[in-house]
Order: sequence, then structure tokens, then C-alpha cells
Amino acid sequence: MDNLTTISSTILTSFLASFVEIVEAFTIVLAVGLTNTWRSAFTGTALALIVLVVMILVLGPLLQLVPITALQFVVGVLLGLFGMRWLRKAILRASGYIPLHDEEKAFREETEALSKQRGLGRADYLAMIAAFKAVLLEGVEVVFVVIAIGSTHGLTLYASLGALIACVLVIGAGLLVHRPLARVPENSLKLVVGLMLTSFSVFWTGEGLGVSWPGEDFAIIVFFVIFSAFSAVTINLLKPGHKSVTKEHVL
Amino acid sequence: MKILAIIWEELIGMFIDDGALALFALALIAAVSVAIKFLDLDPLVGGGLLVAGYLAILAESVHRFAAKNKVS
Repeated sequence: MDNLTTISSTILTSFLASFVEIVEAFTIVLAVGLTNTWRSAFTGTALALIVLVVMILVLGPLLQLVPITALQFVVGVLLGLFGMRWLRKAILRASGYIPLHDEEKAFREETEALSKQRGLGRADYLAMIAAFKAVLLEGVEVVFVVIAIGSTHGLTLYASLGALIACVLVIGAGLLVHRPLARVPENSLKLVVGLMLTSFSVFWTGEGLGVSWPGEDFAIIVFFVIFSAFSAVTINLLKPGHKSVTKEHVL
Repeated sequence: MKILAIIWEELIGMFIDDGALALFALALIAAVSVAIKFLDLDPLVGGGLLVAGYLAILAESVHRFAAKNKVS
């Protein structure tokens, strides 16, 4: 049961986190392909994927050298910073303090920026760089999540599977509709991912410090419930009496 | 070089958005670690403090942001 809880929560967290990141990268690559050339889009994407693969090949063996308790502690701390950042933004979005992430808007902005560059001599290069940057930056977050939640329990393969399913789903849906995947409930997904990552963080930081959690891996679900209740209350408390803020950097 | 600077900035941004939140979280983890390792605090109590601390830090961060952006 515990094993099933760990495996399923690892796959689900990896899938959801990867899904929202890949949707964002897909929007930019699509904008590059439709505004400039598909060659620029694919070249930028391929180069970014090569960099990501190199990162995995370098980081993977290095992590195996780290003792498991130290690894759990470091991963727990990093996941805490990463997860609480997601959760904070998701709460502020849900309560209306920062704008919701909008793929249509991101697509429009990228398309406009690329259109302005079209007359320049380096337009293809700049478009390729835009695709490269988007895939690399979103991809780094995917790699971090997969390695972080997979490495501490030796479940990197399951975490990778979650990311792979997300990748196939997004690309498949994108090829079908040929437009940004704006109907994906990204903001709600980000809240769930923030909750999951923060729950994993508490669990592993504790394990790294020698805590024997009651219920073992099942404690992750308890943390998820606690942070969910906290988020629901906070969102409701914050909702009235706010003004819209547009300057905040959106994920 | 510019692209490397952007990537570096994004990497840091992956973990640090609200600087105070990151600082409080690291301080909490350091304090709980010291208490467990050197002051013989029961690890389970330390774990409970981590959960409570994370909740308090998140609450402080979102309320601070909300207070700054409140309609006066």
C-alpha cells in the first residue's frame, strides 16, 4: 500500500508538473513555427533537448554518489523552496492578486514579438533562440521535478514515465488542434502541483533529519490535505478587497 | 553570454521568487536541524515544527503581498 502510494504520487506529481511546463513551452514553439519557420522552431527545440539530456546524464550519476539521507535532505529543502514558490503564486492567482496565466495571451505576445523581428536579417536565429529558451527553461523545471521526486526513493523511472506521458499528451493534443492549449486548467493544476511538491518537501526534509513519519509514505497524503485546507482558507480570506496586479512576473 | 545570464537568472528564480519566503524557509529548516541534531529535540516534533513553519511562512508571504496591494 505504501509502495503504491509512493509510486502513484510520484507519477502523478511528475505528470502534472511536467504537463503545465510543457504546455507553456509548446505555446512558444508553436508561435515560432507559425510566425517564423518550423525549421527554427524544431532546431531550437532540438538544441534545448540536447542540453537537457546532457544535464540528466551528468546529474544522474552524480546523485548516486550522495548518501540517501543527505540526498533526501537536500532534495527536500530545494523542493520546499520550489514548491512553496508555486503554491504562493497559485494562492495569489486564485485570490485575484496576480493575473491568471493565459496561454492565448502568451501566444499573442510571442507572435507579436516575433513578427516585429521578421524584417531583421537575424530573424531565423532570433526565432530559434526563442524556441530554444522556452524549451530549455521549462525543461529544466521538468528535469528538476523528475530528478527531485524520483531520486530519493529510487523512482526516477516512474517520475520519468509521468513526464513522458505529459509530453506525449501535450504534443499529441497540440498537433491535433494546432493552437495554444488554452483550455487546459493550468492555474488549478499549478495549485495542485504546488501542494504536492510542498508535501513531498516536508516529507523528505523530515526523513533527511531522521523523522520517522507515522504511516510512513502515507504521511505525504496527510501533508497534502493539510496544505490544501490551508490554501482553501487563505484563498477565501484574501479574496475580498483586493485590486488587480499586473506587474508580477507570471510563471 | 546573454542567454547564459538569462538561464542563470531563471534557475535562481526557480527557487527564489519572494526573497523573504526563501530566507524564512531556510532559517526554519536550519533551526529545526540544529534542534534535532544538537539539542535532542524529538525528530517527530521537529517534523511537526516544519509543517507548522511552512504554513506560517506561506501565510506571512501571501498576506504581506496582499497588504501591499490592498485598495486604500
